[in-house]
Amino acid sequence: MFESLPPALALIGGALLTAAIGSRQLRAFVVIGAPLVCLYGIWQVPDGVSLEASFLGYPLELVEGSPVRRLFATIFAIMAATGAVFAFNHARRTELVAAQFYAAGAVGVSFAGDLLTLFVFWELMALFSTVVVWCGGTEKARAAGVRYAIMHLLGGVVLKVGIEGLLISSGSLDIRALQATDFSTWMILIGILINAAAPPLSAWLSDAYPNASPTGSVFLSAFTTKTAILALILLFPGESILIWVGLFMVFYGIIYALLENDIRRILAFSIVNQVGFMVCAVGIGTEMAINGAAAHAFAHIIYKALLFMSAGVVVMRTGMHLCTDVGGLFRTMPITMWCGVIGALAISSFPLTSGFTTKTMISQASVDEGLMLVYFLLAAASAGVFLHAGIKFPWFVFFQKDSGLRPKDAPWNMTVAMLFFAGLCILLGVYPQLLYPLLPYAVDYVPYKAGKVLFYLQLLLFSGLAFFLLLPWMQRTLTLSLDVDWLWRKGLPLLSRAGSRLGSPLVNAAQARLGGALNAITTSARNTMGHTGPLGRSWEIGTTALWIVLLLMVYVFAYYLF
Amino acid sequence: MNPPDNHWLTRPATIRRLWIIGYVTLAVTVALQWLVPIHGYFGVDGWFGFGALFGFFSCVLMVFGAKLLGALLKRPDTYYDV
Repeated sequence: MFESLPPALALIGGALLTAAIGSRQLRAFVVIGAPLVCLYGIWQVPDGVSLEASFLGYPLELVEGSPVRRLFATIFAIMAATGAVFAFNHARRTELVAAQFYAAGAVGVSFAGDLLTLFVFWELMALFSTVVVWCGGTEKARAAGVRYAIMHLLGGVVLKVGIEGLLISSGSLDIRALQATDFSTWMILIGILINAAAPPLSAWLSDAYPNASPTGSVFLSAFTTKTAILALILLFPGESILIWVGLFMVFYGIIYALLENDIRRILAFSIVNQVGFMVCAVGIGTEMAINGAAAHAFAHIIYKALLFMSAGVVVMRTGMHLCTDVGGLFRTMPITMWCGVIGALAISSFPLTSGFTTKTMISQASVDEGLMLVYFLLAAASAGVFLHAGIKFPWFVFFQKDSGLRPKDAPWNMTVAMLFFAGLCILLGVYPQLLYPLLPYAVDYVPYKAGKVLFYLQLLLFSGLAFFLLLPWMQRTLTLSLDVDWLWRKGLPLLSRAGSRLGSPLVNAAQARLGGALNAITTSARNTMGHTGPLGRSWEIGTTALWIVLLLMVYVFAYYLF
Repeated sequence: MNPPDNHWLTRPATIRRLWIIGYVTLAVTVALQWLVPIHGYFGVDGWFGFGALFGFFSCVLMVFGAKLLGALLKRPDTYYDV
């Protein structure tokens, strides 16, 4: 009976229980246990549609299994469980509840067999990820959360428009490979790309994630962008425009991360960078490329969460969030430092880490298709990842100068979560055979060839040299970098102020005219319908009865005649 | 706040030694190409030391590009605060 339920229900149940239970210990048990129950459920889902329903006459496929769907759901559940271990002792209860609903949305999207089901879980994610942002608890978190919610509701509307259009034109809500050829499919593609933080709307990610709590940003880093990747894999494999969208994201992430001073915002930009690799792979669209996108998403969730955990511990322990405020923390935070370094090596796809065994599949796919430019841009980007995340993050946080701060290392539960993910980063780098059988297509790929390893070592180590030689140019400044969101954060208010200044004489004249007209209408209404007016004054009962008799007579005559 | 310490990792002698180790490692990764041939996919990437030069100069280019864009896009971090 358990097997026929949607796995996401375990997380929804867990969220409701977490909200209801008063005891802290029992709550921790639920927060960590629910994702594990969900994980068990995920592996009971057979291939094909296993649960159907109907809504307003539309057939819904609530649960549809396939290898790639199970793979994404698996890493979402592992993430929810490990994130819970990291967070349960420190996060507010609201945040834990919201994070579980958020994860339930991600698992629900993974198994959605039709676009309507996908949309419902998509919005569940938008709703509760906003709550996670708000749990940052500061004024900045509140404002960033509002901007985040507006962006995702807008994305949801665009997606919904596309879904409705597709239903009308094709009569089917089934999730299948589409091509962006008409208005509705373009709307679906754009709606998904907004969640993937694709240009020009990437700014919501780096705006919101660093404003969440130290535990909240760990959850946020995992779900939204990666469900978008899964949706792209299912709906738009081989859509060639995605190659260029992805490459743009890759370099956007690097450049903005290089300019950034906020520790967690550096990591947020590098999410856009890493998701760019996956978007590019979906655009290439071959079996090797889709395998690469899926494997990279799996590995990415682990090392990116690990990096956010490491950064979260630093923010929690020091109360600081800028590179210019911290430094030299390696003295008292060795575990956090080592976990951060392992995450940084993995994101840079260093040999023996999960980044190497997964991201190089994407490069291989570009080679197989003869895409020389794409291959070299991806190689340059790999060097850039080492530059902006691989060295910059650990260097500025744990080394550079001695800030004089001597914070304690991570609490035990955060240590456990970080060590688990750090171990996975290395395990998947050394034994990629654990991950390869779970990929959507049969894997015919040897990650470790002596020549290739040497090429990547040269590439990465010389990027390291570039970093240290250019260090004077990399010193952080107390600045932020403008993005497209300037248009509504600054441009619109400026425009409205300018408009009101220029337009005020006109507006005043119009208001005076309108006010005069309104006055005339109200005066006339008061005169006719006020308590002294002909329609409004009170009548005696006799007069009223007379009127009723008259009206009745008219009615009877009319009835008789016609 | 604690006074600056004299951790072994921060001593000038250690830092000098780390630079030397770093340069030796870099030299070794390039020299190894005599023993372990890199079969490039597009010809040029199989040249001797290509990975090293490509990695180094793409990074220089990206840092340079970021610096240029930064001159245009950077604002004080209180820019959006009302």
